[in-house]
Amino acid sequence: MNPVMHGDVLIIGAGIIGSALAEQCARRGLRVAVAEAAIPAAGTSAAGMGHLVVLDDNPAELALSRDGLARWQARRHELPANAEYRACGTLWLARDEAEMQEAERKQAGYQQHGLSSNLLPATALRKLEPALAPNLAGALQVPDDAVLYPPVASRWLLQNAQALGAQLWCKAQVSSVDDEGVARLADGRLLRARHIVIAAGNASATLLPGLPLKPRKGQLLITERYPQRIRHQLVELGYIRSAHASDGDSVAFNVQPRATGQLLIGSSRQFHDTDPAINWPLLQAMLSRALEYLPSLRQLQALRSWAGFRPATPDKLPLLGKVPGHSRLWLATGHEGLGITTALASAHLLADLLCEQAPALDPTPYNPARFGPWSLADQHHPVGVAA
Amino acid sequence: MSSELHTDIAIIGAGPAGIAAAIAACAQGAHVTLVDDNPRPGGQIWRGGPSQAPASASSTFRQLADSQARLLSGFRVAAIPAPGQLLLEDPHRAQVLRYGKLIIASGARERLLPFPGWTLPGVTGAGGLQALVKGGLDVRDQHIVLAGTGPLLLASAATLRAAGAQVLLIAEQAPWSQLARFGWALKAYPAKLAQAASLAWQLGGVPYHHASHVLAALGQTRLEGVQLQLGARTLTLPCDWLGVGYGLLPNTELLRALHCQISQGAAEVDALMQTSQAGIYAVGEATGIGGVDKALLEGRIAGLAATGAAAAAQALAPKRKRQLAFAALLDKHFALQPAITQLAQPDTLVCRCEDVSHASLQLFDSWREAKLQTRCGMGACQGRICGAACESLYGWQGSGDRPPLLPTRLGSLLEPTLAKANPT
Ligand SMILES: Cc1cc2nc3c(=O)[nH]c(=O)nc-3n(C[C@H](O)[C@H](O)[C@H](O)COP(=O)(O)OP(=O)(O)OC[C@H]3O[C@@H](n4cnc5c(N)ncnc54)[C@H](O)[C@@H]3O)c2cc1C
Ligand SMILES: Cc1cc2nc3c(=O)[nH]c(=O)nc-3n(C[C@H](O)[C@H](O)[C@H](O)COP(=O)(O)OP(=O)(O)OC[C@H]3O[C@@H](n4cnc5c(N)ncnc54)[C@H](O)[C@@H]3O)c2cc1C
Repeated sequence: MNPVMHGDVLIIGAGIIGSALAEQCARRGLRVAVAEAAIPAAGTSAAGMGHLVVLDDNPAELALSRDGLARWQARRHELPANAEYRACGTLWLARDEAEMQEAERKQAGYQQHGLSSNLLPATALRKLEPALAPNLAGALQVPDDAVLYPPVASRWLLQNAQALGAQLWCKAQVSSVDDEGVARLADGRLLRARHIVIAAGNASATLLPGLPLKPRKGQLLITERYPQRIRHQLVELGYIRSAHASDGDSVAFNVQPRATGQLLIGSSRQFHDTDPAINWPLLQAMLSRALEYLPSLRQLQALRSWAGFRPATPDKLPLLGKVPGHSRLWLATGHEGLGITTALASAHLLADLLCEQAPALDPTPYNPARFGPWSLADQHHPVGVAA
Repeated sequence: MSSELHTDIAIIGAGPAGIAAAIAACAQGAHVTLVDDNPRPGGQIWRGGPSQAPASASSTFRQLADSQARLLSGFRVAAIPAPGQLLLEDPHRAQVLRYGKLIIASGARERLLPFPGWTLPGVTGAGGLQALVKGGLDVRDQHIVLAGTGPLLLASAATLRAAGAQVLLIAEQAPWSQLARFGWALKAYPAKLAQAASLAWQLGGVPYHHASHVLAALGQTRLEGVQLQLGARTLTLPCDWLGVGYGLLPNTELLRALHCQISQGAAEVDALMQTSQAGIYAVGEATGIGGVDKALLEGRIAGLAATGAAAAAQALAPKRKRQLAFAALLDKHFALQPAITQLAQPDTLVCRCEDVSHASLQLFDSWREAKLQTRCGMGACQGRICGAACESLYGWQGSGDRPPLLPTRLGSLLEPTLAKANPT
């Protein structure tokens, strides 16, 4: 069968990462096609929180999240209203003096990188968010952080790409790829491009067996509408500990006020549980944690809860660059819990590499070669993909 | 009340089906717990409980009262935190119920379809309006129009008239040819025919139009009138209330959450009313719309089957066949005419929890995509109303129910003591 599409870049996966990349490549005049197994923006990108947050746990994470946030900020007025972008800022909450010292350390780090943040003593914190438990020691406020509604933002990026000529193939599940630039679809069709980028989230590992990517389950719960109850994204300072715990189950307090007035409550992290159903003991642990910080939540009506799977690498940094040992095959995945924040930064970086331009950020920490090499999926036995 | 209850047989829904199941299971000596979210048992048809129910229901209520069944009124099943456990909630408390077997008698709800003005105050479901009246709404001398399809329009009109309302007319969407065939087929069901005749008697004088439907509800901030298609002509009528219902749909949320097989919108059951999940039974409207007699019979079968009286349950199977044949008649003769799904205008809201219009939904190909992009179905009703509307209008199949089953206080979700996870 002859390939049905010829182009410069074929992107596998229309989550927020594939969509951002499609837009960026189309903007640079490349002929782009996107193959999506199911429907756009309905995978992990539909399950997350949409907190645009600068994380400072290590320099590479800081660089990418900072660049990502700055790019969202720069485009906030372009976003459609239902993407619900709001610059509400983050409050990193300290429970005691020890955590307050951590807040100070964090502030020093932000300052060093020219990022603004304010230390809030307990009284100031109570004024800003009266619903918080009265025994908190204080908080670090990061005013530039924001929130948005990821499915709409993701679809918007893809629509921008389409408006610039990118083709979208829905219900197009890629079952194998090769280094000649040919992707085979589950229905037998072939797509050909000069470069192929695997941006299939968790399923990327089915196209590249051995890829060090593990789904990391996370659960969220959303309430009915309670406007004005909370105004900032609230996160406990222990969050980073939870996010970077290498194994085991963890919960951390994380609450986001949605534009609708709903409260989105997180979060949990779990390896080794690939069941999309709610894990109740963990949900309860998460809610108990939330009540410690926001006691009045107890009376609010929970509307629904769900789980999503963060595509996680061993070092929690994404995979952006060539598949080691290959010349036309690329990776854009592994964004774990930060893919909404870092989508635009990742897209720029990878588009630079694809166009053989020097990226603004040092690409080394994200280079897939740090883990490789991997073989390609068996051409004759297409791998089933869990969309 | 201790925060955890145990029972052999939990029955969800205290309508005719659930009550009949409870009576039969208790008679076998089982420990039975009957849960219903209304203040009194009775379900949709006997909504006001024993005191307001018709004479035909009184022996059923008496048997329930004489049985050992534990009745948890005002409690709804909020979630299924673990196999064999139900999380119940009432306005004040949460409660865990552990069960051996489960009988789901969750009944049905009305199908509401969007038309211009359907979200105006004063517009309700046809059965919904009846329920409001049974719940105490005063409709004396109010002018009311009923529209939609099915026998419920007649039952509702009878209740409204008895409460002193002036029912101006009933608009039934089914054409005369279908109604006539339904009437003819009813002859095989003397009990139904008698019911129909008694309703017709109570409705003497109320104009009943076939091949007719609502075009629009009119009014600025509240319903003031209705525009109707009556056969070939249109008519505008002032009115105070408009009740519109396009038939009934089984409540399957609980069944789906328990992974019971659903087909054509209703629970799939075997001859003993067992679902695809062992030990879980479904009865009444939940297995397909068939009315009170089918509900009573199925409840009895399941109550017997769940307590090991399989032979006695089996013996009722032929009777059930007849009820199913009647249910099939309903389905066939009150099938929706194509015009009914084409009433929404571009700006008509389809999802009224989240204010999503017909025009904005038409851009999508699937429920999931529409939901993610527009929030359709993400509001307080969690798609119970707009999900069915989208299926009728766009042919979308809903997907992905997410706990809790109904909005539930956060504190209640913490109630069950479950195996501890070990969060760090
Ligand atoms: C609970 C939770 C909370 C989160 N909160 C935040 C947050 O607050 N802030 C933040 O920045 N990030 C957050 N994230 C992380 C963020 O959601 C992810 O990093 C991001 O969505 C990953 O996007 P993706 O495009 O890589 O993956 P996906 O969105 O999963 O997209 C991959 C796409 O590829 C398609 N696909 C798969 N296989 C194939 C194939 N073989 N052929 C064709 N197509 C295929 C899939 O159908 C899917 O559409 C959170 C995640 C979770 C789970
Ligand atoms: C609005 C309406 C009005 C009707 N009026 C009439 C009428 O006047 N005459 C007539 O013949 N038929 C009427 N019907 C038809 C009715 O469905 C049947 O006649 C009969 O009541 C069906 O019995 P059932 O036991 O299957 O269900 P139902 O009578 O509907 O009983 C089901 C019960 O389960 C409860 N329930 C459901 N889910 C949960 C949960 N998660 N937790 C706790 N409780 C739950 C419901 O609140 C309800 O009380 C009406 C139906 C509707 C929807």
